[in-house]
Amino acid sequence: MGGKTAIWLGYRIRRPEGLDAAALVCRCSCFQLGLQGGQFPKVSLRGLSSAAPTTSTMGLELYLDLMSQPCRAVYIFAKKNNIPFQLRTIELLKGQHYTDDFAQVNPLRKVPALKDGDFVLAESVAILLYLSRKYKAPDHWYPQDLQARARVDEYLSWQHTALRSCCTRAMWQKMMFPKFLGQPVPPEMLASTLAELDRCLQMLEDKFLRDQAFLTGSHISVADLMAITELMHPVSAGCKIFESRPKLDAWRQRVEAAVGENLFQEAHAVVLKAKDMPPLMDPDLKEKLKLSLQCLLY
Amino acid sequence: MVLELYLDLLSQPCRAIYIFAKKNGIPFQMQTVDLRKGEHLSDAFAQVNPMMKVPAMKDNDFTLGESVAILLYLTHKYKVPDHWYPQDLQARARVDEYLAWQHTALRRSCLRALWHKVMFPVFLGERVPPETLAATLAELDVNLRVLEDKFLQDKAFLVGPHISLADLVAITELMHFIGYSPSSRETGVGGRKEPEVRN
Repeated sequence: MGGKTAIWLGYRIRRPEGLDAAALVCRCSCFQLGLQGGQFPKVSLRGLSSAAPTTSTMGLELYLDLMSQPCRAVYIFAKKNNIPFQLRTIELLKGQHYTDDFAQVNPLRKVPALKDGDFVLAESVAILLYLSRKYKAPDHWYPQDLQARARVDEYLSWQHTALRSCCTRAMWQKMMFPKFLGQPVPPEMLASTLAELDRCLQMLEDKFLRDQAFLTGSHISVADLMAITELMHPVSAGCKIFESRPKLDAWRQRVEAAVGENLFQEAHAVVLKAKDMPPLMDPDLKEKLKLSLQCLLY
Repeated sequence: MVLELYLDLLSQPCRAIYIFAKKNGIPFQMQTVDLRKGEHLSDAFAQVNPMMKVPAMKDNDFTLGESVAILLYLTHKYKVPDHWYPQDLQARARVDEYLAWQHTALRRSCLRALWHKVMFPVFLGERVPPETLAATLAELDVNLRVLEDKFLQDKAFLVGPHISLADLVAITELMHFIGYSPSSRETGVGGRKEPEVRN
């Protein structure tokens, strides 16, 4: 990482060119960076507006890291619907979301982010709905029907604080902390997280999937994309969540078939190789990442 | 049957829905679910929302949970004025962006601030370590700055010149902490005075 790259610590910022309050609440899709205390300087974000200051002729750009669950959902949606875009890869584990250039796209320094001419947009749900509307994706992705749409909205809202949280923690506690960061996780903490994941999966089956082919009805929607990409996170860490749940496994197979096996594998190639990532050797980066990710340990 | 809204006005998202429905003249039957009495845990309420959370909605046989989903349902069904959830692609995306962000940002901070400053010590008699409260209030402060600097900026409302669903969801969130903590009205949330005007 270059000298200018800022790593948000949660305790204090070390950036020679100044302090950026946006980074303090940065939560990249793989990480949930909680605040642990310390002094937070009053720095205005007014220089970083939501609209990029220069006119872009690049067409649609999607800033993604396929290590991230919501990035995969956006990637699959765009590819499946033949939406032309330029992929801008932002590698979270190398801190690339902390660059000044990326802050111009998303002052919250999160992926996924979208840039469409001068219009920039964050939040995967907002991005999926924007793409769906602008490119007139087939109705089943986000149905016009009042009640069918409400079911998709209900899932998209619920998942933020339910499946997202436990899938991220399960993957990091089981794999990334011990293998990538060299920090063992207490067995009882991992057991508690996996139990919570199990309860979420039960809710997914009982409340959303029920006897339907897909989460919100008889056709695949953006809800299924968000869910499947989420579940692949603990799968990448070796959690056998589908083996013990035949109903969920049957749904997974339908989703993969609807998406297309090649596209599904392409979107998940990066995260499925995460288990083979060598331990992080850079001691500085390792300590900074460990500190900033402590909020995933509960 | 008239639309039923299952609400407890102690809850931030319930207040957003209540205001929205009343402001837009949407006829509904208020079904109060008293969280402090555990009424959300009853079998009867589980029939409405198996997640056992408020707000929840029942429109004849159709039941719905999640405040954002309910607000959007009411918006579409009752054809409310455009500014609440604009048809314009980019304006609508801004509302969606806020509604997504707030779940794990402002909602989280306001809830934690309320519990750490008031509910645990005053109602439950449980001590909250000073450093925990300090961290919670610091997080709230940072989220408020994001609210001002990334969302509000120099606009009249969060996503543009007119009020939208985003503003309702945000204001009811902020009132959660202010409402329960009289001292915060005098000093501002988290001990600050009124938000500073920054360049």
